[in-house]
Amino acid sequence: MTTTGTATAGGATATAQAARLRVAGLTVHFHLPDATVHAVTEAAFQVEQGRCLALVGESGCGKSVMAHALLGLLPGNATVTGSAWLEQPGAPPLDLVAAPERVLARQVRGRLIGLIPQSPAAHLTPVRTARAQLAEAVRELGGRYPADELAERAGLRPEDLDRYPHQLSGGMAQRVANAIAQAGDPWLILADEPTTGLDRPLVDTTMAELRRLCDDGRAVLLITHDLRAAEQVADDVAVMYAGRIVEIAPAAEFFRGPRHPYAAGLLDALPTRAFTPIPGRPPELTRLPGGCAFRPRCARADDACAEPPRMTPDAPVACHHPLERHA
Amino acid sequence: MLEAHDITVRYGRRRVLDGVGIAVPPGTTVGLAGPSGCGKSTLARVLALLQRPAAGHVVIDGTPAPGWRHRAPRELRTAVALVFQQPRLAVDPRFTLAEIIEEPLRANRRPVDRAAELAEELGLTPDLLTRRPHEVSDGQLQRACVARALALRPRYLICDEMTTMLDVSTQAHLVARIEAYREAAGAGVLAISHDTDLLARWCGGKGRVLAWPPRSGRVPRPAASG
Repeated sequence: MTTTGTATAGGATATAQAARLRVAGLTVHFHLPDATVHAVTEAAFQVEQGRCLALVGESGCGKSVMAHALLGLLPGNATVTGSAWLEQPGAPPLDLVAAPERVLARQVRGRLIGLIPQSPAAHLTPVRTARAQLAEAVRELGGRYPADELAERAGLRPEDLDRYPHQLSGGMAQRVANAIAQAGDPWLILADEPTTGLDRPLVDTTMAELRRLCDDGRAVLLITHDLRAAEQVADDVAVMYAGRIVEIAPAAEFFRGPRHPYAAGLLDALPTRAFTPIPGRPPELTRLPGGCAFRPRCARADDACAEPPRMTPDAPVACHHPLERHA
Repeated sequence: MLEAHDITVRYGRRRVLDGVGIAVPPGTTVGLAGPSGCGKSTLARVLALLQRPAAGHVVIDGTPAPGWRHRAPRELRTAVALVFQQPRLAVDPRFTLAEIIEEPLRANRRPVDRAAELAEELGLTPDLLTRRPHEVSDGQLQRACVARALALRPRYLICDEMTTMLDVSTQAHLVARIEAYREAAGAGVLAISHDTDLLARWCGGKGRVLAWPPRSGRVPRPAASG
């Protein structure tokens, strides 16, 4: 196994046995009539089979845009640069950024990458049963497993599939979404805020299901603002602020002591910790400040922070004055 | 004191609340915990006089509510404010954020100056106030909803899963603002959530957390420390 959880600036070639997604320099801009939204700036991370990477950050920091960029689902006014290599043993690497829509539609979406969407109940067609929708996904993707088996693996009874979306509870709708995401037997699962609006027991179940997917040999990219959910399931944590990944660390180390002041502020806002908000507000993505974007809110900022901090593979924290890791 | 006694609510044949009661004294925060779908939100709507129960009554500072919704006298209706779980479903999409905050002031013919003060307290900048709900994040919209709830200086504030959709920093900020209002105005706060860690912390100082289903008159059970 190669080590994950370190930022890869690019250049290294895959030698690992496991398939992995290696993102480097990923940048997404949206062009509006009077402004440019810098939604994602030079994101770099990797996630491989059997591991779960949690991408955490405040709402509006660019997390979901990243997921949609990987799947080629952004609207027409978006420009995506950089690379996102899908590296699989026995197949040539595929750059999701450069791949044409034809390839994404016929080879990638649902087949290599499965998406578990935010608020799954809203993504199901209200006029058809869960079974009809799951069976359609299996048929269209040429899936190996029949609908009933997928449902059972996702923790649903066969009779649950005969319900319409409005007859499903939040947890059951979540499981239907999980089953559909696995219809084409993808090795990479993108879960975009899968816990929004769920109560704690359902969050626990959802996280246990994601963990099971990892243990079955899938790679999971979990996008969430719920730090406690991330702590339950993640092997590695990437923190995003104002479109940039500012820290990547193994989950255990991260939750013991994050190094980026923003990450520390996020953890301190938890009700089980200091319960104090981070002062100020995130910057507008149309008007990012020069230098470190967290500078106006940061107690440790000084003149050095006028230069944008860079992440290196040795010290995966984008900060001129990182906190010391607790022993 | 905001009190509800023997509240029963049915949806069709299903009895959602059955003889539930609760009391929120002024100046304190009472937490109410319970799983999804147990009827917490229904109780919140009854307490805010937005929903008529099949049985039971609500008493606000000693005055029994003679009716619900527009049959309740204005001074009782405006004494209790409610912050909903999903801000997007709780606002008119055609309004700007400034109009959302000003609406209760306009409806009650009060000066709208207070809206700008509240917006600033809740961390909404002037450029955000001219935007409509689809142009802001959930967190920014919920800040506007809290400002709207505080616009008429309610004597009681009910927060129904207020921060479920939000990130932790916004959650900590909104709770701090509401606690500051409670202390300054001597208002009573009912914090409803399935998140027992949050409630234990929120009500930790001068409050208590009730387990579902709450009953009026019974000895409140203190929350497990978390």
